[in-house]
Amino acid sequence: MSAKSASTVTAFPVKSSAPAAPVVAAPVVAAPVVALEIKPVRRFKLDAAVAATARNILPPLVVICCLLAVWQVAFSEPGASLPPPSVVWTESRDLIVNPFYDFGSADIGLGWRVLTSLERVAYGFGLAAIAGVIVGAIIGQSVWAMRGLDPLFQVLRTVPPLAWLPLSLAAFRDANPSAIFVIFITSIWPIIINTAVGVRNIPQDYRNVAQVLRLNPLEFFFKIMVPSAAPYIFTGLRIGVGLSWLAIVAAEMLTGGVGIGFFIWDAWNSSRLSDIIVALAYIGITGFILDKLVAAIGRIVTRGTSAA
Amino acid sequence: MPAYLKLDRLDKSFTRGTTTTEVLSGINLIIDEGEFVSIIGHSGCGKSTLLNLIAGLTQVTSGVVLLEDKEVNAPGPDRAVVFQNHSLLPWLTVYENVNLAVAKVFASTKTKAERHDWVMRNLDLVQMAHAADKRPSEISGGMKQRVGIARALAMEPKVLLLDEPFGALDALTRAHLQDAVMDIHARLANTMIMITHDVDEAVLLSDRIVMMTNGPAARIGEVLDVPLARPRKRIELASDRTYLKCREAVLKFLYERHRFVEAAE
Ligand SMILES: Nc1ncnc2c1ncn2[C@@H]1O[C@H](COP(=O)(O)OP(=O)(O)O)[C@@H](O)[C@H]1O
Ligand SMILES: [Mg+2]
Repeated sequence: MSAKSASTVTAFPVKSSAPAAPVVAAPVVAAPVVALEIKPVRRFKLDAAVAATARNILPPLVVICCLLAVWQVAFSEPGASLPPPSVVWTESRDLIVNPFYDFGSADIGLGWRVLTSLERVAYGFGLAAIAGVIVGAIIGQSVWAMRGLDPLFQVLRTVPPLAWLPLSLAAFRDANPSAIFVIFITSIWPIIINTAVGVRNIPQDYRNVAQVLRLNPLEFFFKIMVPSAAPYIFTGLRIGVGLSWLAIVAAEMLTGGVGIGFFIWDAWNSSRLSDIIVALAYIGITGFILDKLVAAIGRIVTRGTSAA
Repeated sequence: MPAYLKLDRLDKSFTRGTTTTEVLSGINLIIDEGEFVSIIGHSGCGKSTLLNLIAGLTQVTSGVVLLEDKEVNAPGPDRAVVFQNHSLLPWLTVYENVNLAVAKVFASTKTKAERHDWVMRNLDLVQMAHAADKRPSEISGGMKQRVGIARALAMEPKVLLLDEPFGALDALTRAHLQDAVMDIHARLANTMIMITHDVDEAVLLSDRIVMMTNGPAARIGEVLDVPLARPRKRIELASDRTYLKCREAVLKFLYERHRFVEAAE
């Protein structure tokens, strides 16, 4: 997702859905508020749900099966450079069927490794989220800060995660904080930039309301700024969490430890190609879930704002 | 007796880059406590600017706004504004929108229970208590405007400022809301300043109508007294001679002496 989404960082996020747009002349002739009738036929709804699920799940399932079949055929002859699915299955069965086994220090399930990596992401991304929203809010309030800092951020956000690692290691002299810092520094830019754009787009009306009420800066931040900019903030968070996950895997390859990234590096060094393929699947699925999770939280939180 | 609200030689100009446009020039007006004053004028003449000066949302270029002899130079809840497009916060319910104002203004003077009662009382006043838990997106435009009025009233302002509050509403809803505002004014006797571009609305609601000339550098062209007894009933007034005379005076001002010319710059 990163390449595509990252390019939307500068452009106004699509999700804005213009909270500013005034509701103009809704033809409202004493509109009575009538609760919508609940359809008596519940089974109909259930069928629809099943149909919708089938529509969403079946096509990717079919595609995956086809790809597996092609892969199996293409790499079946002896001496092929990559193991076919059947070999992956036989060689890395424990990794696939049991994510959470624990056979002693170095031999643990990939679920544990993913969790270790996620813990680092939680620290790095959590810090980036808090710092990014605060910095973005301050920058968005000031036209000159925006003009001055935006080009800098645009440059910094293109620096690949791994390029930060040497500096980070030099500064922290320890693998774990370095990895967390790399996540932080990779994911903070889209959060700052999107928050700033969101804050700049707070409708003047909301600012006027705050002024008439004499809200202090802290009240303004929590009661007006964050909710109003929430759609933008979550666009930034979603891009940020994707970048975090990209960064952690890369960083762990170099810093070692228990994470999923190091597992891949280790497997490569001992030529366990099947294990690498399984780990890739774990990483992809985890990244997918992270993305959907942030998107879902965003949908719940911004329900009010985007329905304006 | 000193004036309740006094606008003294107000000038306002906006500077954008090197060009300065004078929007208002030499505005003098004295408004008494409890008075209902309408400001009418063609679009773009500076009505909103004038209201924002009174609200303190915009700074005067020269001159002074005095409320009870104190200079107004910042916005505050003693001059609550009802904005044209309601500007309710969409992520808050109707109740929360009003409560935002009440919690801030009465933070130290009312207990929690009293604040709750006060929110509900103001929602009652505009007949919106039934929708307290709805979000702005779930209610009609007229209802939103009612909530906007409730929020402003809940601040117990000295002056209620309304900027074309019904401009975006259809005629029927507008009539309902005009009646609601008249009713509130009769009950609370608060000072209200309303901007409008609707002649009937101005005559129906106001004690005085302030008519503005066209910009740039708009002035107060004329101030018309509306000597109609209250309570006013729109149907009876439709054939009332005083009403018709006032209406004609405003129309003459707007469409004969200060006809709106599309900017030919
Ligand atoms: N912030 C501003 N900067 C520059 N010009 C402004 C600003 N606000 C209003 N104006 C100008 O002032 C004039 C009067 O505007 P306004 O008070 O909104 O008119 P009205 O409410 O009577 O339609 C307009 O010509 C508008 O372009
Ligand atoms: Mg206006």
